Amino acid sequence: MVGIVAYGAYVPRLRLSRQAVYDANKWFAGGLRGLAKGERSMANWDEDSITMAVEAARDCLTSHKAEDVRSLYFASTTHPFKDRQNAGVVGTALSIEQNLLASDVGGSQKAGTSALIAGLNASKNGGGPALVAAADKRLAKVASSQELNYGDGAAALLCGTENVIAKLVGHHSVSMDFVDHFRGEEAEFDYGWEERWIRDEGYSKIVPPAIKAALAACKLKGAEVTHFIMPSLMPAVPKQMAKICGIGEGAVRDLLNANLGDTGAAHALVMLVDALETAKAGDKIMVVAFGQGVDVLVFEVTAENARLPKRKGLSGWMARRKEEKNYMKFLAFNEMLPIEKGMRAEFDKKTALSVLWRKRDMIYGLVGGKCKVCGTVQFPRSQVCVNPNCHAVDSQEPYAMAGLEASVMSFTADSLTYSPDPPAYYGMITFPEGGRFMADFTDSDKEQVKVGTKMRMTFRIRDNDTMRGGFKRYFWKAAPV
Amino acid sequence: MARGIKDKVAILGMGCSKFGERWDSGAEELMLEAYKECVADAGIDSKQINAAWFSTAIDEVHVGKSGIPLSTTLRLPNIPVTHVENMCASGTEAFRGACYAVASGAADFALALGVEKLKDTGYGGLPGGRGGPLQALWSANGTAPGNFAQLATAYMAAHGVSGEDLKKAIGHVSWKSHQNGAKNPKAHLQKAVEMDTILNAPMIASPLGLFDCCGVSDGAAAAIVTTPEIAKSLGKSNIVSVKALQLSVSNGSESGHNSWDGSYFHTTRIASKKAYEEAGIKNPRDEVSMFEVHDCFSVTELVTMEDLHISETGKGWKDVLDGFYDADGKIPCQIDGGLKCFGHPIGASGLRMLYEMYLQFQGRAGKRQLKDPRIGMTHNLGGAPRENVSSVAIVGRFE
Repeated sequence: MVGIVAYGAYVPRLRLSRQAVYDANKWFAGGLRGLAKGERSMANWDEDSITMAVEAARDCLTSHKAEDVRSLYFASTTHPFKDRQNAGVVGTALSIEQNLLASDVGGSQKAGTSALIAGLNASKNGGGPALVAAADKRLAKVASSQELNYGDGAAALLCGTENVIAKLVGHHSVSMDFVDHFRGEEAEFDYGWEERWIRDEGYSKIVPPAIKAALAACKLKGAEVTHFIMPSLMPAVPKQMAKICGIGEGAVRDLLNANLGDTGAAHALVMLVDALETAKAGDKIMVVAFGQGVDVLVFEVTAENARLPKRKGLSGWMARRKEEKNYMKFLAFNEMLPIEKGMRAEFDKKTALSVLWRKRDMIYGLVGGKCKVCGTVQFPRSQVCVNPNCHAVDSQEPYAMAGLEASVMSFTADSLTYSPDPPAYYGMITFPEGGRFMADFTDSDKEQVKVGTKMRMTFRIRDNDTMRGGFKRYFWKAAPV
Repeated sequence: MARGIKDKVAILGMGCSKFGERWDSGAEELMLEAYKECVADAGIDSKQINAAWFSTAIDEVHVGKSGIPLSTTLRLPNIPVTHVENMCASGTEAFRGACYAVASGAADFALALGVEKLKDTGYGGLPGGRGGPLQALWSANGTAPGNFAQLATAYMAAHGVSGEDLKKAIGHVSWKSHQNGAKNPKAHLQKAVEMDTILNAPMIASPLGLFDCCGVSDGAAAAIVTTPEIAKSLGKSNIVSVKALQLSVSNGSESGHNSWDGSYFHTTRIASKKAYEEAGIKNPRDEVSMFEVHDCFSVTELVTMEDLHISETGKGWKDVLDGFYDADGKIPCQIDGGLKCFGHPIGASGLRMLYEMYLQFQGRAGKRQLKDPRIGMTHNLGGAPRENVSSVAIVGRFE
């Protein structure tokens, strides 16, 4: 039996007030008034689809060992790199590299479900546990409805054959080049066609036959579906599709628009995680994703779901929240405001790729060292032990620190250094079993950071090397627990 | 310990440029300005110099690497010139090189000259981005004030000092330097500042405000050293000799091992202890007449006075508030105005501190002149509290 064995999610801490967006833009786009309620998730300046996918994957792997994962599919339409395997970065950050098939899946809003089907198939065919991560951080034009409707976020699912929490009942896909919107190679933003045409010629004609085919293949009636998941920017569409297919209105899952927004290629999986958090044994979950065709997957929740160890999940990350009313900050974080950054922003961010390769476990995996002679934990790992009473040579074994809780020993809020979100918080963090380093902090406020504050390590963007086409430099930062 | 260099080397002459925003000058002009005074003071000819040490720290806005910039600017007679860089201790390093050359007998006359032309960066503060390609991948994007501000947060936590008390104490450190600097015609800032202005200044890196930070200035300073015997043979009186030169460099224990609590400078404690031994000083609080220490930030000076074994650990802030280090206190500290008023042209600062000592011992310090100083100590601290280079020099009357 193949299916989902664990789930995880990630939502950035910041929630952009839609009213604030509308207030800034209403002089030009008064028609957006109807969308000016609630909030959407907003990635911090140091987050992108890779960092969000890493966080969702870590959440998912709360109950499982990363090194058991044999294949990793990373779905997004906003992979930070066009030619460099994004899934590989995620894998290295999770400290899985050996015997791993890593693959990027993209190009469509159904990339998340396509990746999930690939992961389930890989696992079913004896490929071992397959990790599927989906994340999107889509840009939208100023004063567009997308700007209000989109959200940033990620989900991850572990596919396997043991202790399945939701077994795969069946799946069905169709692929057809129905272009409701597109983003060309040279474009930063989506270009869309008329909503009514998308609804009448797209959704209405493509989705119901696919759902019916899936139901038939699964030997199910529409009424038997307990949870119907179908992301859409048009809230009425999922209800309409369910009705056509005999699926009860009560089964149609909330689109999470009120406080999150549509997370693009990740959204079907984000909604699936939302459903799995409370689903009961025997529940039938149908996941539908639309984008130049349709993927339909049907799962049946098992009794194992109730035994899955606790994780943050979507609800946990949603509960960690800070409202952002500063629309200018949103624009600046997304490089949509030609803001005067000052000369300190001009420093060369060139990355020595040879150094990165040699130290990739340390930099991407936050793997330090533990001295075999004296037991001292240290970061960075070095050849000579840092303990002044030891100094043993070549004595250190790799020691994973990403999952450890650190605490603040000293810190500052620096207004002089360049930061996209000044002041820059950073300081010396210490780990309970020893080890320390001077770390950048993220998602931090004046009220939270004190000497002794407990911090969690999180994978983030350090620098963006715009001189070389946007090579993002990733490392771990400390954030208040 | 090794025999040391106490009284083996005498300062024959010194010079110091005017410090400040020297829009009129490049590094070359500043070097010559300091050197002209220095060589005239020494009373020798450039051709007599056997070797030179040249200190600068920040290459990006400077004269370039090697000893060539010094040799060509001064048109030195093809002698050995060594370029030294050891962060903020660079000036003292140049002096150490020159002194060791004389002490070894390899040179009769050695020159140490340090310069930094910071005001060609186009902005305030020091340029960032030091450290190699590996550190660039992981270490926090910090600045000097941000790194030293953490000394304040850790000091408060270690000694239970309230934010208000510490702010007052470090404010007094800056207030004192401004009082002193107002009497120094070569200082960049020559204006006394009110305590309220200091305490209410904008934050640079919390809890350090604008007046807790030293300025970014241009400047140069130089020394010519020889043996006390040669100095005497040249008819010099009031000879100032070197009592000790020590340097301690972090080996990573502070930044990487949990034995350090962030509230003090491990290296300064070591370097100063060795320096007192080398100089034969048993009780520094009674024997040292004056200090020029590395007050890159007000909190640095406060903590340094503990690490130099003058104030009791955790009590330095009380000594500061009691006026112990004021011009009329028991041991004046930064009688010339310190980095606070001179600014910090990295390569020049260590030599600038020695210049003040030299003037004081010779009774040439003008309005700042202290009464009969016998022993003076200079100190530099390069890097950050967690990883640094600490240098200490003790000079005094040759008796």
